[in-house]
Amino acid sequence: MSRIAKTDRQLREQAAAHSGALYASRVRVYPMAVHGVMRRIKWGVLIACLSAYYLLPWLRWDRGPLHPNQAVLLDLWNERFYFFGLELWPQDIFYLAGALIAGAVLLFFVTSLVGRVWCGYTCPQTVWTDLFMWVERLIEGDRNERMRRDAQPLSFEKVWRKTLKHGLWLAIAFWTGGAWIMYYVDAPTVTREFWTGAASTQVYAFIFLFTFTTYSLAGWAREQVCTYMCPWPRFQSAMLDEHSFTVTYEAWRGEPRTRGKHAGDAGSAGDCVDCLACIHACPTGIDIRDGIQLECINCGLCMDACNHVMEKLGRSKWLISWDTLARQAAKKEGRPAPLRLLRARSVIYIAALAVALVTTATALLTRHTQALSVERDRAPLYVMLPDGTLRNGYTIRILNKRREVGNYELVLPDFPGAVLAVAEWDLLPAGKLDLPVGPDQAGTFRVLVTGRPMHLVEGAQPVDFVLRNRATGETTTYRSIFMGPKGFSPAVQAP
Amino acid sequence: MPTKIEKDAYSGTDTTGHEWDGIKELNTPLPKWWVWIFLATIVWAAGYCLLFPSFPYGPGYFRGLLGYSARTRVDNEVAAINAARAASLDRIAALPFEQIRKDPKLLELALVDGRLTFANNCQPCHGPGGQGRPGYPALAAGAWIWGGTLADIQTTVTHGIRSGDPNARQSQMPPFGSGALNPGQIQQVADYVWTKFYGHPADGRDVSAGAKIFADNCAACHGADGQGNREMGAPRLASHVHLYGDSREAIVSQVTTPRNGVMPNWNTRLDPATLKSVVLYVHSLGGGEN
Repeated sequence: MSRIAKTDRQLREQAAAHSGALYASRVRVYPMAVHGVMRRIKWGVLIACLSAYYLLPWLRWDRGPLHPNQAVLLDLWNERFYFFGLELWPQDIFYLAGALIAGAVLLFFVTSLVGRVWCGYTCPQTVWTDLFMWVERLIEGDRNERMRRDAQPLSFEKVWRKTLKHGLWLAIAFWTGGAWIMYYVDAPTVTREFWTGAASTQVYAFIFLFTFTTYSLAGWAREQVCTYMCPWPRFQSAMLDEHSFTVTYEAWRGEPRTRGKHAGDAGSAGDCVDCLACIHACPTGIDIRDGIQLECINCGLCMDACNHVMEKLGRSKWLISWDTLARQAAKKEGRPAPLRLLRARSVIYIAALAVALVTTATALLTRHTQALSVERDRAPLYVMLPDGTLRNGYTIRILNKRREVGNYELVLPDFPGAVLAVAEWDLLPAGKLDLPVGPDQAGTFRVLVTGRPMHLVEGAQPVDFVLRNRATGETTTYRSIFMGPKGFSPAVQAP
Repeated sequence: MPTKIEKDAYSGTDTTGHEWDGIKELNTPLPKWWVWIFLATIVWAAGYCLLFPSFPYGPGYFRGLLGYSARTRVDNEVAAINAARAASLDRIAALPFEQIRKDPKLLELALVDGRLTFANNCQPCHGPGGQGRPGYPALAAGAWIWGGTLADIQTTVTHGIRSGDPNARQSQMPPFGSGALNPGQIQQVADYVWTKFYGHPADGRDVSAGAKIFADNCAACHGADGQGNREMGAPRLASHVHLYGDSREAIVSQVTTPRNGVMPNWNTRLDPATLKSVVLYVHSLGGGEN
């Protein structure tokens, strides 16, 4: 066994040697560069994800002079979320719940079909770690060169390469932290303010925080995040069964593994030549030939590494492949390999996903551009006037989600004779009220309703507040109650 | 209870020695970096205790090297808010009511200030929202004794009623039970007021004697038609809202040995801006007149 191969076995050897020890040192993983189908897919996903993340804040979207023109903006200060043509108010937060439920079920569904592709390709931890490893390879060379240099004593070459690497890592991390802030404040503005020192302390603090987390998690922690910090690997196996596609070693074909001059001898020997390429390529430092493991993020880079070796030896590729346990068992026995994509769990996941998506989408497409809430005064419950009529006070809140002034009309259709007035407005009391609310704003009015209710039961009768936008005709109804003394008679006349 | 620590054949790791229905737990070593972070949090905590208020001793506590105090911070924030409000409060004190009401921002501030002031000072007697209680006038109903315009309310709040302030509002309901009317006459006038003005059925009683007594003794202040007189502070009787309640007994009691309630003069307790704010708030409760 070569010296290099030995270092890769450290994990297991250390566990054996330090049996009983309370703490384990991290075994550094030196992933080897690979080329192949999986690697190309992974580069493609990486470029797509990072481009979207870094460039999205710069996309502009015209919303008129009074509103931010950034396509995606989570404007916490003004309590508005903008997603392209969509503008969400704090009251719309349940759409987020719908989106999160749909996202979670989609993750379950995909995992039950093709295993942890989220972990291997799209998880931010994976994407940034992959980017940082690419930078590392660019400066320090591939696996063997890096291992050799790390084992050497300090030299000028080692120092400048390490310094350059960490400098570039920090630069990427800074760009990442800066882009994060741009989702919350206008991108060009915050960029200018950042470099002129005019940005708020919060902006600097958050950029520092996300620079630090990106640098430490993608540069230093890497696979430790997946193994020790992330909860998802711990319970994702609940979505898997024997028909889920995962990164699988075809043990029936590869074993018994042999190396050296017996490698590939007809008869007893398997296809695996124990070259350890799959281990060297693994970003989490495991041996896929041990089967499905918690540490495996299903990135498939071991397939590329193995295919490369198999191709050179002239053997059939895909000794490590995407496959299911059921198909592997069938292949081992020479039976036709079953393909079952539609199982009870996939049907349940699809159904749950459909319900979540349809519900959220329906709610989103039919959402109102105005909302009304009516809060009845609790003290006093009612006021009797000298002439025997009753008055109730209500605090009325109108949300105008449109980008023009809303001229609203408030009426109480099932309370004939009711007189409405806004406290502290010099208005003549009338049967209906005109309430203007500014564009994209909420208006609060204290409305006094005076009248002789005809249907008081036990001192209360339901009353509908109907709000109508004069321009659009959209109406919103809010049911409240009108209260009075028990035994009130509408026939009581003024003394 | 640890039973037997054994070596796991597959991983080469010791078990914890615990066993639950045949399931054994591996005693996997902790990653060293995790331990270092744990130790770092302890160091952080020590530093935090040194910089910020932490340990109690004897009568006091260690105040921390930074001298931070949540109380001081709150005081500073309150002072900053008061400083920011000072300009607006000065404007409320200086401007006439009409102009305050035309400035939505200023009016909003005054109404909030007025609501809080009302809750702390007026609500114990007049009730939440100015609904009133027997003996304490309802402010939301428009059943004003001394008038419901902003100026009227301001005078009442500033100087009070029978408060001892030189400009206080003064009125006196005579004690008719001390000789002016005999108990029978008082019952008769109460019958008249209760049926004629309070709107209760006469049930065949003859109230003409009471009407005569009312015209001779009460109408001078309360008016022949019971409409009251705000100039004199004589309550309106022809109403569904009554200062001492809707009962006939209350009328008898008030005619025989009247209560003359006292409203404090608030000019000695509230600054001009706060006083005007509470006037605007009371005016907005529903009874305000223009």
